[in-house]
Formats: sequence, C-alpha cells, structure tokens
Amino acid sequence: MKKPLLVTAAAVALMTSSAGAETLRWGLAGDALTLDPHAQNEGVTIMLQSQMMEPLVSRAPNGELEPTLATEWAIKKADPTVWVFKLREGVKFHDGAAFDSEDVVFSLNRARSQASQMKGLIASIAEVKATGPHEVEIKTKGPNPILPAAMTSIFMLDKTWVEANKATVPQNVAAGEVTFASTNVNGTGPYKLVSREQDNRTVMRRNDDYWGMKTFPVKVTEVVFTPIQNAATRVSALLSGELDFIQDVPVQDIQRVKSNAGLKIETQTENRSVFFGLNVSDKLHGGNINGKNPLADVRVRQAMSMAINRDAIQRVVMRGQSVPAGVIMPTFVRGWSKELNTYPPTDVAKIKAMLADAGYKDGFSIQLDCPNDRYINDEAICQAAVSMLSQVGIKVNLNATSKALFFPQIGKLETDFFMLGWGVPSYDSEYIFNFLYHTKSDAYGSWNSTRYSNPELDSQIKAIAAEVNLEARDAMVKNMWETVKKDAVYIPIHHQMLNWAMKSKYTVTVDPDNQARIKYFSIN
Amino acid sequence: MISRISSFWASDIGWSFRGSPVAILSAIMVVVLLMAALFAPWITPQNPFDPSELNLANGFSPPLQENPFTNDFFVFGADNQGRDVFSTILYGLRISLMVGVLAVAFGLVLGVSLGLIAGYVGGRVDSIIMRTADIQLTFPAILIAMLIFGIAKGVAPIEYRDQVAIWVLIVAIGLSDWVPFARVVRGAAMVQKNKDFVLAAKLAGQGPMTIMFRHILPNAMSPILVIATISLALAIIAEATLSFLGVGAPPTKPSLGTLIRVGQEFALSGEWWILFFPALTLLMLALSVNSLGDWLRDALNPSLKS
Repeated sequence: MKKPLLVTAAAVALMTSSAGAETLRWGLAGDALTLDPHAQNEGVTIMLQSQMMEPLVSRAPNGELEPTLATEWAIKKADPTVWVFKLREGVKFHDGAAFDSEDVVFSLNRARSQASQMKGLIASIAEVKATGPHEVEIKTKGPNPILPAAMTSIFMLDKTWVEANKATVPQNVAAGEVTFASTNVNGTGPYKLVSREQDNRTVMRRNDDYWGMKTFPVKVTEVVFTPIQNAATRVSALLSGELDFIQDVPVQDIQRVKSNAGLKIETQTENRSVFFGLNVSDKLHGGNINGKNPLADVRVRQAMSMAINRDAIQRVVMRGQSVPAGVIMPTFVRGWSKELNTYPPTDVAKIKAMLADAGYKDGFSIQLDCPNDRYINDEAICQAAVSMLSQVGIKVNLNATSKALFFPQIGKLETDFFMLGWGVPSYDSEYIFNFLYHTKSDAYGSWNSTRYSNPELDSQIKAIAAEVNLEARDAMVKNMWETVKKDAVYIPIHHQMLNWAMKSKYTVTVDPDNQARIKYFSIN
Repeated sequence: MISRISSFWASDIGWSFRGSPVAILSAIMVVVLLMAALFAPWITPQNPFDPSELNLANGFSPPLQENPFTNDFFVFGADNQGRDVFSTILYGLRISLMVGVLAVAFGLVLGVSLGLIAGYVGGRVDSIIMRTADIQLTFPAILIAMLIFGIAKGVAPIEYRDQVAIWVLIVAIGLSDWVPFARVVRGAAMVQKNKDFVLAAKLAGQGPMTIMFRHILPNAMSPILVIATISLALAIIAEATLSFLGVGAPPTKPSLGTLIRVGQEFALSGEWWILFFPALTLLMLALSVNSLGDWLRDALNPSLKS
C-alpha cells in the first residue's frame, strides 16, 4: 500500500502547486535601468521596483493617496512646516528584518543626498527625524501642503542591509557604476526578486509574509518581466500566448487584440498631455522673419492653436484613443475644469483674418521639431499639424528625430516650435507651472523651452507653494490657468489614452500613470 | 522617325515582337507606367507631398467610397494622413523609375568601362578588375547596397540625409550591378582585340580609347542592351527592397518600396488599400520590364533564330 500513498501525496503536492502557481508574463518596451530606488527617476525603473519596494504613501489606481508603509500622516498643529507620519507596525523586509523609523530616516536622507536622482521630488524637505520607533517628523523649508503626494516614488530600504552591503551612496547609472543595491533588492513589497538579467528577463516571486496580503488581491504568485522593444513583436507575443500582459498596444492593433477571444483591453486616460510649445521671445532660433519673431505675437499663437484640428487628429491619427485638449493638464489634475479644456473650432477664414491682422497675410515659414519614438503616433501628429498649418499659409518644415536627439535640442533652446508631452505625478497644477511656465532659471522652469517669462505669474507660482488654505489656492490656480491659456504659450493637442492588453482572466484597474502594480491584479 | 519605326517593324526583331503577345503586353504596360510617371503632376488629383493640399479628415478613406466627413472620393482610397493613394503611387513611380534608370546607367557606364579596360589591356589590370568582380559577386547585391547606404548615412549630416538619400541609393544599386556588364564586355574585347580591323586601326595610329569605344564596344551592344533591361527590373526591385527595409527613399520622397513599407503598418488593421495598390503597381512594373528583357534576350540571340 505504500505506492498508492506516495502517488496520492505527489498528486496532492502537484495539485496544490498548480492551483497556487499563477505566473504573469509581462512584456514591456524597455527594461528598468537599475534596482537602486534612488538612482533613476524614470517610469519603467520605478514601476519594476514598486513590485518589490514601497514608499510611505502610494497613489492607488483610482488616483487617491493610499496608506502604505505609513498608516497616517498630518501636518503638525503647532508648526505648519512639519509633517508627522505614523508608520505601519509589524512590517518586515524580505530578509526578515523589521521595518522602523530608523529605516525611514535613512532612506529619505539617502534619497535626498547629492548622488540621488530623486532629490528633486523632495527638495522641500529640510530635515527628517525619528520621534519614536514608528513615527517620523519631516520638516520642510516653508509649509508644503502637498509633500505626501511628492513622496509616492521614494522607496524605503533597510538601513542595516544597505550599510552591510556598502551601498549607502546611490548608484551612479550614467557612469556605468554597479553596486550591490543596483542588482539586489531587500524591500517590504509584495514580490521578492528571484533572478534578473538586465534587458532580458526579471523573475519575481510572491512574498507570502507581505503585510498587505489581506488588503490587496496579491493573486499572482510569480512575475516574469521581459522587455521586448518592437511594438509589433510585443503584440504578436501577446496574441500567440507567450505574454499575459502588455501596457502599450499600438492604436492600429487594438481591434485585433479585442477580437481575440482570450484577451481584453482596459482603457484609461493617461496622466500625460501632448502639446506644441512656441518660442515667444523676440528672437527666433532659426533666424527672425523680417526682423521679427511672428510667434511673439499672441494673435499668431492663437491663430495657430485654432488651425490645429484636434477632432481630426483624435479620429484619424489616434483612432479615437485620445481626449482632445484645450489645456496642457490631464483631466484628473487638481485645477482642471471643463471650461479650461475647451478649444476653438478650426475656422480657416477666421484664422487667415487673425494672421493678416498680425501682419502675416502671406504666412511665414517655421521649423517644427518633433520626436518620433516618444509619444503615441508623435510623428504622425506632427505631419498632420504641418498640413493643417500650411492650409492657413504657415509653411512648416518638419524635423522628426529620435528622442535621444530631440530632448537635448529642446533643453538647449535650439528650437522655436516643438512637441512635448507632460505627466503630472503630483496630480497638482503647481507641478506644471513650476516646470513649464515659470521663467527658466535654476530651480524653476527647467522644461520651459518657450522663453515665456511673466514676472507676475512667477510670483503667483511661488505664492501657491506656500498657500495652506486649499480653497484660496484653487482660486489662485484657476486665475493662473486663465492667464496662460489667454497667452497661448503652448498649443494643447490631446491627453493620451492608455491601453493595457491582458488575458481575460485578469481584473485590473488601469493606472493613469501607466504604473502597473501586480498586487492589484485579481484573477477570475 | 516613322521610317525608323516601320523599319523596326519589318526587321527580325520587329517580327519576333509581333509574334509575342507577352512582349506586346509588357511593352504597353511599360509605356503606360512611364507616361503615368512622367505626367504625374498633371494627371493626379493632388500633389500628395504638398501639405497644404492634404486634409487629415480624409485619412483612411476606403477606395471608391465617399468620405462621410469631407464628401471627397478616392479611387484607391486615402492613407493615414489623408493622401490620395493613387497620387502617391504615381509620384512614387517617378522615384522608383528614376532610381532604377539612373542606377542601371551608372552600373552600365562603370561596368562597360572596366570590362573594356580589362579585356583590352589584359594582364595584371585584367586580373585585378575581374577578381574584384568575382569577390563582389559572392555577396548578395542587396548587402552591398545596404553597406554603401549605411556608410553614406553615417557620413552625411542629418539635415542633408533626406536630400542625398536618393543619390546614395542610385550609387549603391549601381555599384552592386556593374559586374554582368563588365563580364560581357571583357569577353567581347578579348575576342575582338586581335581581329584584323583592330590591328588595322592600331596601325593607323588610333589611340586605345578610340579603339575600345569606337571599334570594340559596338560589337557588344546587343548583350549590353539585354543586360540593361533585365538589370532595370532588378534595380527597381532592389530599390523597393531597400526602401522597404527603411534604408532607401525617405518618407518625404517616397518610392513604391517606401509606400509599401508605410502601408504594411496598416495591413493587419483593415486598411488594406494603403499597401495593396503600391504593391500591385510594383509587381506590374517589375514583371513587365522583366518580360520585356526576356523577350529581348531571346530575340537577339542568334542561336535561337530558326
């Protein structure tokens, strides 16, 4: 009777393992650049890390802030420049060490240090101190009502582990450095690292001791993450069953995926607006036209904005996969409203009249700089804009290049007319004003390539950063948006849509930041 | 002119032409396509490369159906930017034919000159030229063209790439097909150079250039004509292949191959016409030129004459 018993035992073992094993094969265009959480502020890198490591506060797929390693947070009554975070108790790192306030102080200081690439997100922090084993106080340089929202991608490390492995300084990715923390992970997250070959394959297994096993679905037991650069290959791999989940289906393949019985597509407006920027200064980089920069005239800018037929771009170029925009702010950002998002209909006669009024009856020539591998159908949108503008007499010469050439070009202000996409990780208008509208200077306006400089707006931008009364702040923000919309510094095009394709058995809420977190996946 | 045509009609070749329906059909096709390419700006309803003539709202209009947004009508449909596919084909045909003809002309001049020199001079010069040809034949022509194209692309500044692309393409394809010309001409030169009329010319004090081009070359004319025609079909296909791979004619000056590459992005999502019509045109062009070349080879081959 021994043999049947063994067989039964084996069968039981097999059954439990197969019933328990839920592998998710996940394909993406690129790989994470490192596993060191403070070495790169880049979408895919943060996404892969977020399966294994956690911040104090995260952003749930519905856009709300969600308690993670901190359970509560509030501004200290006695001092508006201090935030108090209460930490979750009983949390363990993957190696079994307990998580406490020491680790938070250490991790935040590491993220603030000179070599860290995350320091810009939490630049307002002046000091972090532990006020108990499960409580920390963060002092900011002046009141900062939106600090928790800025910390959602600052992950916590175990102090002892980092020090023991000599990785206290964040890795320098640009210099090609490799550290223990860049190839190993000891986080508190729902998945543990099993193996990783950069640009090839990363395997993670479920952390069964995860504190959130009851809070979140955490149904997937193993995650195999494979970068596949070519979009068509990625879609084919999904269709043939080699992958279970991809995040970026090309718009022309959506119908094909939908018509496959075992697959489905989940859609959501992305936290990213795509728009054109215009050089509004007195001098064109490409040389002035009759001694002037036509784009410095607000009538010309408004006419150009009107010439862009957003509905045609949405219907034809994007095949419906976009939300036409009248403002360069994604729909769920604080400060967005239907009124701000309105855009003028294209009326050729009116546009020509506006141009004639500004002294450009016969139009003018300008170069449009565009990336061809950054946003969804970026080059096709630019081509469409070229033809729309030429119909009103503005001759546009399109220069579409790879993002590696394109971004340095707009950084160095070697452009007069360019395409840009912008996401708002803090979900607040201030972020957009800081980076895109403030006069370009050291701390502000680092992505403002329009040369737009409005001293009144600059002081308002500084004022909203310190305004603690949210109602008053919202009113100020609304006023600021009306100013910049009237000035037509940027020509909004649309908000991109995300299309996540997956096996039908998964139930997933698409994250507007395109940050998939496998712990939210449930399986039917 | 008329007397020339009638004398061609009455000649051996003319007789063979009249007796071959394939040749007649191919010739008609070639003439039609040539005319279409030559007169493209006058025949096409729009200039597809003038952005002011495009309307994005026409994007993806199917063939022979009225676009519900603009009420425009396209025989072969419209592409993703609202370009009329019929117009893009005629403009693409111009680029394809121009590249093909110029590439063959380049290969012909190069091959004929090198072949004459090799055959006439002989010795070490002959060995160097013909061994180079042998080595080159061991590589596929497309590979050589890609290599040349890659180097030129690396050397040219970014803003001139689109402008030089067409010329690089011509040189690349031309350089990859000079060998057949050289071989045929070298053979002829070796046979003819010891003939009495060549020796007589030498004695009369004529220079090697005159002898090679005036006395020897005319004897190799008919095989050169055959090779040129067949090379033309191959060059058109080579150009389409390179452009399809994305290393040929740029999208701002597309050839048929570029149009096929662009169209294949949409083939699986239902907009078949953006791929189908350019592909059909390329097929007809290559097939008709090739059949014409085949017929010419047979017609000029004395051993096949009864």
